[in-house]
Amino acid sequence: MYAKAQTCWTILRISLEERLVYRGDFALGTLMRFLPIVTQVFLWKAIFEAIEFNAAGAAGRSGDETIAGYSYHDFIAYYLLTMVGRAFSSMPGLASGIALQIRNGEIKKFLVQPIDLVGFLLLNRLAHKLVYYSVALGPFALVFFLCRGFFPGWPDATTLSAFFASLVMGFLLGFFLEATLGMLGFWLLEVSSLLFVYMLFSFFFSGHMFPIDMLPGIWGQIVEALPLKYLAYFPAAVFLGKVQGQELAVALWVELAWVAFFMVASRVALNRGYRRYSGFGG
Amino acid sequence: MAIIEISALAKSYRIYQKQDGLLASVRGLFHRQYRTVEAVRGIDLHLEQGEFVAFLGPNGAGKTTTLKLLSGVITPTGGTATVMGHVPWKRENAYRRRFALVMGQKNQLWWDLPAQESFRLHQQIYRIEPRQFERTRDELVDLLEVKGLLSQPVRELSLGERMKMELIAALLHSPEVLFLDEPTIGLDVIAQHNIQIFLRHYQQLRKITILLTSHYMKDVAALCQRVVIIAQGRIMYDGSLAGIVDRFSGHKIVSLLFPADAEPPQGLSRFGEVLEERFPKVKLRINRGAVPELLAGILAAHTIEDVSVEDPPLEEVIAEMFSFAGEQIAANERAERIASG
Repeated sequence: MYAKAQTCWTILRISLEERLVYRGDFALGTLMRFLPIVTQVFLWKAIFEAIEFNAAGAAGRSGDETIAGYSYHDFIAYYLLTMVGRAFSSMPGLASGIALQIRNGEIKKFLVQPIDLVGFLLLNRLAHKLVYYSVALGPFALVFFLCRGFFPGWPDATTLSAFFASLVMGFLLGFFLEATLGMLGFWLLEVSSLLFVYMLFSFFFSGHMFPIDMLPGIWGQIVEALPLKYLAYFPAAVFLGKVQGQELAVALWVELAWVAFFMVASRVALNRGYRRYSGFGG
Repeated sequence: MAIIEISALAKSYRIYQKQDGLLASVRGLFHRQYRTVEAVRGIDLHLEQGEFVAFLGPNGAGKTTTLKLLSGVITPTGGTATVMGHVPWKRENAYRRRFALVMGQKNQLWWDLPAQESFRLHQQIYRIEPRQFERTRDELVDLLEVKGLLSQPVRELSLGERMKMELIAALLHSPEVLFLDEPTIGLDVIAQHNIQIFLRHYQQLRKITILLTSHYMKDVAALCQRVVIIAQGRIMYDGSLAGIVDRFSGHKIVSLLFPADAEPPQGLSRFGEVLEERFPKVKLRINRGAVPELLAGILAAHTIEDVSVEDPPLEEVIAEMFSFAGEQIAANERAERIASG
């Protein structure tokens, strides 16, 4: 047990060191994450101004317009919170990296050495996230401070705990889901188109593009049933108090079940993939 | 008991046959043709502990596939193999802690970090006791003379330096069996020589079992007592290096030195194939069995200052053998096809 913990620590430490090698790329990547929120603020500001202008012209009133129950302030608060959710659940390069390793044969070392690929990748990703948070914490705090007026106030301790739990599970769900997709490379070799489709679906149905409770009827129900909502929408909805009480508890258990499902799926895909692996690339 | 035991080991791959042209590519979206490639066709092999064996063969002969099977990278389609009592493709950690695989064309170290960081990781994943780790690392670093390079990122090392680091990483856990897949590929002569010296010294010191694939005959001649030759997935030869020449070469190379002021000799081609004629030096290829008779004939007809009789270069013999093996296998396959109607 102690030896295993030491191995994990060494992998984490070396991954942290590796992450800090390319300082320029890292700094740029971190700062670029904040650009979309700026565009979202301006986009929704323009949309609501247009709505208010039309409403004022038609009925002579303005200021309390909403879209599907979301006011301008709600939207901005929602996008800021999905940015936090995505900072946990997004896994840039994970699936494509696994597929590339399968294609070019780099994955062989995980077959030859007494090391578990999934565990290694998880620690590696954890290191990436830790470095990112440590650097992005300042800019995040600044953005939230400047935008504090958009939020209704701090949620209670239970909601806050549920929010943090949803972020941690979002990280695990994002990791195992993308790891499973990457391991399809054992069968398909080239997964870039599949990943493109996944990214597209994820962008819309995780709530990254718009709050998914805006979707009407059967579409809303389908998207609600998918695991993608836990990657962005759910943590934001929890923080904003849109999911509470019994509903919140059930949703957290469902999220945990999805994490377990993809954890098992990635393990099964890896074991089956290893068996059919042909050792490409010399 | 043999440390590596292979019996009727076979591996075949199903390969997609892409047809030429755009139309064929579109057709390939709906209907694909596959071909089964028999990379290894039921080989038998036994290696005793402490042997240093060369595994030779032309490209696509099945060498690397065999190493991949023995190291558990791939699963066979038939036959059995055990290494130190373990079935490799079960990939038990108990087995993986006892062997190492080094591939000349693959990098196992962390590209952006100094090699010493990768060594630390190996210490952990192989559970090497700290004092043992430091002792082994220092010994290997001294032997390969790379002390000054340990803190340099791997990407900034030369190919030869990187291969040395790969070897250190592979040997830190003191494996009992080492698989080397073309470890000197792409290296210059000096780097090749250094790696050869190291491998010979290390193998003699530790008495580990090494299976080496290489296209460089100098590696083989310098390191291996036993040579196994594989062609088209079948073992064609298993024995000593010298035995290859005896068994597969029907020729000797005779070099003649004539007096500088003598008339250039005529009609030497009746004794054998003239390989090189730069008077006063001439080189002939002569049938092995006819050497004494033909040599007597040449000496009787000409004044000779110096004469030497040598075996042909090993590369040449092996190339001949590969070509012979290929023809033989193709003939066997034709015969099998005819027999099966």
